[in-house]
Amino acid sequence: MDQPTQTSDRTDTPEAAAPRPAGPAIEIRDFDFYYGSFKALHDITMTIPSGKVTAFIGPSGCGKSTLLRCLNRMNDLVPEARIGKGSMEIHGTDIYGANIDPIELRKKVGMVFQKSNPFPKSIYENVIYGLRIQGRAKRSHLDEVVERSLRQAALWDEVKDRLHTSGVSLSGGQQQRLCIARAIAVEPEILLMDEPCSALDPIATSKVEELIFELKKQYTIVIVTHNMQQAGRCSDLTGFFYLGRLIELDQTTRIFTNPSQKQTEDYITGRFG
Amino acid sequence: MHAPHNPFGYKRTGKRSVEGITFWMIRLGTYLILAAATFIFLQIGIKGSQTVFRAEFPFINTEFLLESPSTLYVFEWEGQKMEMGDDAFRKFKAAKGVDSIPAATYAHSAGGIFPCIVGTVLLVIGSMTIALILGVCSAIYLNEYAREGWGIRLIRLAIMNLAGVPSIVFGLFGYGLFVVFFGWNVSLLAGWFTLAFMVLPVVITASEEALKAVPQGLREASLALGATRWQTIRTNVLPYALPGILTSSILSIARVAGETAPIMFTAAYMIGDRLPWQVDKLTDFFFQPVMALPYHIYVVSSKIPQNEYTERVQYGTAFVFLAVVMLIALASILLRMRLRRNLQW
Repeated sequence: MDQPTQTSDRTDTPEAAAPRPAGPAIEIRDFDFYYGSFKALHDITMTIPSGKVTAFIGPSGCGKSTLLRCLNRMNDLVPEARIGKGSMEIHGTDIYGANIDPIELRKKVGMVFQKSNPFPKSIYENVIYGLRIQGRAKRSHLDEVVERSLRQAALWDEVKDRLHTSGVSLSGGQQQRLCIARAIAVEPEILLMDEPCSALDPIATSKVEELIFELKKQYTIVIVTHNMQQAGRCSDLTGFFYLGRLIELDQTTRIFTNPSQKQTEDYITGRFG
Repeated sequence: MHAPHNPFGYKRTGKRSVEGITFWMIRLGTYLILAAATFIFLQIGIKGSQTVFRAEFPFINTEFLLESPSTLYVFEWEGQKMEMGDDAFRKFKAAKGVDSIPAATYAHSAGGIFPCIVGTVLLVIGSMTIALILGVCSAIYLNEYAREGWGIRLIRLAIMNLAGVPSIVFGLFGYGLFVVFFGWNVSLLAGWFTLAFMVLPVVITASEEALKAVPQGLREASLALGATRWQTIRTNVLPYALPGILTSSILSIARVAGETAPIMFTAAYMIGDRLPWQVDKLTDFFFQPVMALPYHIYVVSSKIPQNEYTERVQYGTAFVFLAVVMLIALASILLRMRLRRNLQW
């Protein structure tokens, strides 16, 4: 019997962005999820605090990416996916309840994918794409938004002279940082990252990790990673998943030095997965 | 000293011989196809160019390309065999001061095929527009919006079967629905819709392939930023699928321009006295029948007696026909190249 420990929710000094709503960012209660008849998630109960980085770790196929995609209802695109019981609340509203528009949800909950997918448009157009489709693209401050987002993504210096070249002409690490810039240009409240560094070399990876550390001040970040060292470096809270269940959720320092579940310890020490 | 042993040398085994023979048979098949195509194009080219081109300036038989068909009169005058069209014959008779000269007449063998060229171009433009609009919309629905189920499977089956329907049946369908039931009569509009439905299966299939070729990652990234499905399609899928869609439409253009059966009772008529734009009201433009190149070939080849004069017209028409189709296809290719350059992905 294990109660996942919670960190107290202390917000940092508020940045230029709007003040974050009080309380935990995401509350998941008894959440079940199915792909057709396969039960991918069993009774997930967890609280993700706002203003912190939470990492999901676990072996392949344990459901961590599924859970991540549930958070912004990207699984709606998969024809046979459906929720079982349970609720998922973001800032107090059940996102699988009635009267929820996934489009509005995704404006507040952004996502960066494992395989970087910049649009075949110019870098400038890539970054402002989100604003354009949301109708927030006021020509007067577009340049400012592009510069701010690319600076936050640690990409500005490398591309400031070629903003109108194609986004797909960048290197892998640059493309992923462009995708991050694109996601933060619309200023979501929560940023979901699905193994953002798995396709990157170590130098690009370390740049993205520094980035996550900076972004933490303004966003709530949930990151799925295969790389335990990365989870140890970047996150405040870590959740270990196995076969669709949440085995343990605790402060990162505690999970990696003194896990309370044996399965967690086996995974961390490399005995399986 | 002998040459060093070559471990990678060619070994003549049974399997290698079989490969060689198979390769040559495949090559032979390809050459046969090439030979057949060359023969057809050469024959039309040589015989047709005799009608279309002239020895002296401006090197093109402008009369053939710019005038309507008329009757050819062949007669003897002062020991010389002369041949001239309707107007010229009348002027000749008046100039010589005689009322009539005994002459052999050949229908459709003088003048030109200008109304046919115009008619075919109009038919192609109109029907391709309708086919592309309907086809691309259907492809977007089937590929992006529809949920898999027996309903969708039924639709796909229907589209596949439509591709196998003979063109004459399309002609009858067009006649029954557009000409008779809608009351459009033999008209440009009826021809447009009949031809559009004929090429619709090909356009839908090709558009779907083009849409599928756009990577799913682009759609996901767009939706994850809060875009609606239609915004995603409009900005991130359709622009990149457009070159593929236009490529497939090139083949359809050739088919639409060349089919005689669908337009035989829905749009084409043998001969008319006015050009398509010489109408009283704008709406009359859509409800008039037109002459068309393939139908003209049919008329000149089978509905009137055959002789050396009609043969000239036949080959000339075929030559012009091929040239028109190639020009439209070339325009389509250029458009696709331009789009591809702007939308590199």
